[in-house]
Amino acid sequence: MDYKLKNMAYDKFNILTSTAVPLPIENVDTDQLIPARFLKATERVGFGDNLFRDWRYNPDNTPKKDFVLNDPTYTGKILVGGKNFGSGSSREHAAWSVYDYGFRCVVSSFFADIFRGNCLNIGVLPVQVSPEFSEKIFAAIFADPKTEIEVNLPNQTITLLATGEKETFEINSYKKNNMLNGFDDIDYLQSIKGEIEEFAAQLPI
Amino acid sequence: MSKTLFDKVWDTHVVRKIDGGPDVLFIDRHLIHEVTSPVAFLGLKTRGISVLYPNRTFATADHNTPTIHQDQPVADPLSANQLHMLESNSKEYGISHWGLGHQKNGIVHVVGPEYGITQPGATIVCGDSHTSTHGAFGAIAFGIGTSEVEMVLATQCIMQPKPKKMRININGKLGKAVTPKDVALFIISQLTTSGATGYFVEYAGDVFENMSMEGRMTVCNLSIEMGARGGMIAPDETTINYVKGREFSPKGEAWDRALAYYKTLKTDADAVFDKELTFDGTTIEPMITYGTNPGMGMGISHDIPDAADVEGGAATYAKSLGYMGFHEGDSMIGKQVDFVFVGSCTNGRIEDFRAFTSLVKGKHKADNVTAWLVPGSHIVEAQIKEEGLLDILTEAGFELRQPGCSACLAMNDDKVPAGKYAVSTSNRNFEGRQGPGSRTMLASPLVAAAAAITGVVTDPRTLIEELA
Repeated sequence: MDYKLKNMAYDKFNILTSTAVPLPIENVDTDQLIPARFLKATERVGFGDNLFRDWRYNPDNTPKKDFVLNDPTYTGKILVGGKNFGSGSSREHAAWSVYDYGFRCVVSSFFADIFRGNCLNIGVLPVQVSPEFSEKIFAAIFADPKTEIEVNLPNQTITLLATGEKETFEINSYKKNNMLNGFDDIDYLQSIKGEIEEFAAQLPI
Repeated sequence: MSKTLFDKVWDTHVVRKIDGGPDVLFIDRHLIHEVTSPVAFLGLKTRGISVLYPNRTFATADHNTPTIHQDQPVADPLSANQLHMLESNSKEYGISHWGLGHQKNGIVHVVGPEYGITQPGATIVCGDSHTSTHGAFGAIAFGIGTSEVEMVLATQCIMQPKPKKMRININGKLGKAVTPKDVALFIISQLTTSGATGYFVEYAGDVFENMSMEGRMTVCNLSIEMGARGGMIAPDETTINYVKGREFSPKGEAWDRALAYYKTLKTDADAVFDKELTFDGTTIEPMITYGTNPGMGMGISHDIPDAADVEGGAATYAKSLGYMGFHEGDSMIGKQVDFVFVGSCTNGRIEDFRAFTSLVKGKHKADNVTAWLVPGSHIVEAQIKEEGLLDILTEAGFELRQPGCSACLAMNDDKVPAGKYAVSTSNRNFEGRQGPGSRTMLASPLVAAAAAITGVVTDPRTLIEELA
């Protein structure tokens, strides 16, 4: 890459080996990830406390015992969701809340576009797997909550370590390089500022 | 090579392509609001960089503003702080700021077009997924995250892989009481909430050609609800007549140059889409949703489908119906309604209030219904008064609130209580969207009006027959 790192925008991501938290619900939307009433902050702090707020807590703020984040059986840095994860709003707060809670990777058989992009921009790796492999991951976690999953960004693979079953995942080489090195887009764009200004001068409107 | 409308606008704005990566896309117009911008400005400060083109960014407060007593201080300290941050950041960086109480204040996707910030063939972004609204003008417009808001402030560019292209064709005369909202909810019900993910959509056919700009905005607004990043409609005379002469529209020679560009903005006859769908406009009914995503909609006279007949897992479907308190096979007609909300970037424009008023005229609001009528802007509010709609609404027992996003996302005090049912002209029926535990049925202003005067879910066509 032809640009210099100015800001360490986020953690570098290389190989993540962790247990995982299963959430086999489809169409998990951003209003569930972080309800709108918790979007009033003006700094990026504390969003993890309100991740899945209304699925996680009763109206009196006591934890809902049957929700997976309140079940000590399941822990880890990988969140495995159902199909069409992150649909709805563009609020980056949804990705911030996932990150702030402690997740570094979200696995799903299908992601909503904006959520996926937001994750990539803050250093949470979205890993899209086939529906079949998604089923295998859920089955493996439910059979053994201590089962470990390896997410290998350099090789673009996700592996169930107990059985060795693996699948490759897609990520464009630019974003991959950013995640491996903790670079962000602004570093890159700042490096081509002159080109941007020349471009702007010739636009039709 | 033949190009689609989308290709033409996209390619015009690509600063450079990155091998194996995204395109660097130049952004003509950037809209910001109080909720998704503060952390972006904080980022600029941390990096010690400035705003590259302050005159390409416009700020309005909308998501988190009260819709009554706007002349008084905002009571909630967190909301007040966000509004203050928008004002102070805008001032510091030389950005136009239309805060609470400003004559131009209103919902970002309502005031953008009203003041001519929205232009055909432009690239427009905002930290809000319903930025797709502006595609109604033949712009490429889509929602972005806060990291990207910072990127646009700093460099006027974002980095995006070019999406795939889909065209949705609908022709035929729309039936009685079928509005642009129904057309959009129908499309989403056919595609599901993720059916257009990865695509940018062009809407084509006489159904869209015959729509007003307000109607086109409603349709494009809802593109995101089927997963599409955005939707667009080729600009025509209707578009150009709307845009011409507005405050931020090009003037004089710049207008002539712009007009020449606007006239190139249509899909070439032999251009190819990655996916093309065609529906018959004559079959669309007034629509209503019964579940917890906008894809769970149907014609209002239909019964709630069985899990076996819908895409997706049975467990997710059961969870959704359970939340709503509905059952497979239920008719929606006659369902309980506690709240009616007319407003939002989807249906907060003058035509929506005209439609609502046409049906409640000479009737009275049902006693069991709380109605929130929230115009999208001060211009809409003024039109409602000037056209005499307010008198009719007042006579029928309704009150008009002040502009803002309001109960669409319930960040302010306009919250539907837990367990209560709302017929809402907004865009999302997610769990708790309109307040914790609230239950939302999305529909058009006409369906909302029918619910507001009968106190239950009612097919508006039956009331129109009564009137006739």
